Amino acid sequence: MGRPGRAILRVCNLHKVYTAAGTATIALNGIDLDVETGSFISIIGPSGCGKSTLLQIMAGLATPSSGDVFFGTTRVQEPPRDVVYVFQQYTRSLFPWKTVERNVAFGLENKGTMSRAEIAARTREMIGLVRLSGFERHYPWQLSGGMQQRVAIARALACRPAVLLMDEPFSAVDALTRVGLQELLRSLCRELAVTVVFVTHDVDEGVYLSSRIIALTRAPGTIAIDMPIELPAPRDQITTRALPAYLDYRARLLAQLFADEALNNVEAA
Amino acid sequence: MTDIVHIQRPAGAVSRARPPASPRWSWNTRLLGVVFIGLLLVLWEIAAAKAIFPPMSFPRISSILATWWQLVTSGELPAEVLPSLWRMFAGYFIGVALGVAMGLLMGYVRFFYNLLEPITEVLRPIPSPAYLPIMILFLGIDDEMKIFMIAFATLFPVLLNTYSGVRSVDPIQLQTARTFGVSGRRLLTQVVLPASSPFIFTGMRISLAVALIVMVISEMVAASSGVGYFILSAQRGFKIRDMFAGVLTLAMLGYVLNRLFLLIESRVLAWHYGYTQQRS
Repeated sequence: MGRPGRAILRVCNLHKVYTAAGTATIALNGIDLDVETGSFISIIGPSGCGKSTLLQIMAGLATPSSGDVFFGTTRVQEPPRDVVYVFQQYTRSLFPWKTVERNVAFGLENKGTMSRAEIAARTREMIGLVRLSGFERHYPWQLSGGMQQRVAIARALACRPAVLLMDEPFSAVDALTRVGLQELLRSLCRELAVTVVFVTHDVDEGVYLSSRIIALTRAPGTIAIDMPIELPAPRDQITTRALPAYLDYRARLLAQLFADEALNNVEAA
Repeated sequence: MTDIVHIQRPAGAVSRARPPASPRWSWNTRLLGVVFIGLLLVLWEIAAAKAIFPPMSFPRISSILATWWQLVTSGELPAEVLPSLWRMFAGYFIGVALGVAMGLLMGYVRFFYNLLEPITEVLRPIPSPAYLPIMILFLGIDDEMKIFMIAFATLFPVLLNTYSGVRSVDPIQLQTARTFGVSGRRLLTQVVLPASSPFIFTGMRISLAVALIVMVISEMVAASSGVGYFILSAQRGFKIRDMFAGVLTLAMLGYVLNRLFLLIESRVLAWHYGYTQQRS
């Protein structure tokens, strides 16, 4: 879907206003963003800045107050077929009455374009790719947190989406599991040529994974920083994270976040 | 005194003085309750033998059991139980099917909720014996009337629980379905129905007891067969042992049905128990 470098998902002058108890809160205040095919974009920002809201609007799961999202040339109103959203809360997003296998096949079965045998083959392939072979007949709640999120990723990628939208997918697992999931995601995205928009509050995770980073200001959310991340390939959890360029990106983003949170003197404290 | 100490120890506890390899046999288990029932039956037997109550209306339990066995082997009791079971299950399954369908509709489509919620709240509190005479007027005293009565009484617990189940489906599960483009009937069968099945089963269990009650009542008021009819006509004909045998049959029926239900539930909802355990 689309040639590399061309915008596959376009966000145009997006506003979102929440009204609660008579007071209007502006969550997003004029966001413009072109997601280029093949890119890995991270959106970071302080909690409550509207980054999840932005992602949900991009997925067609929430409606903007004004402004538009385009997937290719079509305006997003309902979740587009080739855009899949991965939730932070994997325990609630996976269906507990379905086995790993049935969960992974969930999206495929609804496409209506694949035969039973094709679905079974694709399901097996995806379970293999997330290294869960042997757990096909397990239920999600019989697996660890990291394994459950791998099931969710396999389920999302089984449909071969053009765009994967991920809302803080690794924030609920421990640090070591998170590193494993990051590497898995990187290799899967390369292999399946999928474009990713990744919401995180973890600056390191964002810099390490992304080809481009968007930093939002606190509400009303606008784009504070939009910069490409040019780190040499292949990236590596230890050497890449020690590069001066990596540390520079990290410092600039942290400075923005801290300034926003009025935490400038955090080092002195 | 030592007995009291034993009772306070949890079932299967091991005496500290003994090596753990040989656990002490504990009688403080489910068996205790069964033995207790046996004890009450023995007391019954003794009370009846000593004629503490008028023997006419309080026969020995041994003679009741003998009568029961006779009635079973002669085929007389099975001939009453079968029509009762048929009515009960026919009514129960109609009521469950309608209750689930209406509950889903009300939980899913706002229009049906607004349309049907007031009338359910009006009809639900009426005790089923109260509308029995009306039903006799319109449906006569045949099976249709009883099946309708049972279905009607069964409907409401299932309906209300199904409705609550549909309303409490995790929004993230619904959004997950949306992101995969699942909607309409597939959303219903693949997500909403399984997600609300624990609620539906709760309603079905309440309704099972209700169905048994309504079956007996409707058979006592207007029937020429069935366990309810059998019990009442035995009492009127001074066949007191037959009467007790009928009640005993109902006790066994209720017990077996409930065990059967729990067995099915634990299979169907195995995922639910596993899932909630993980989350707690």
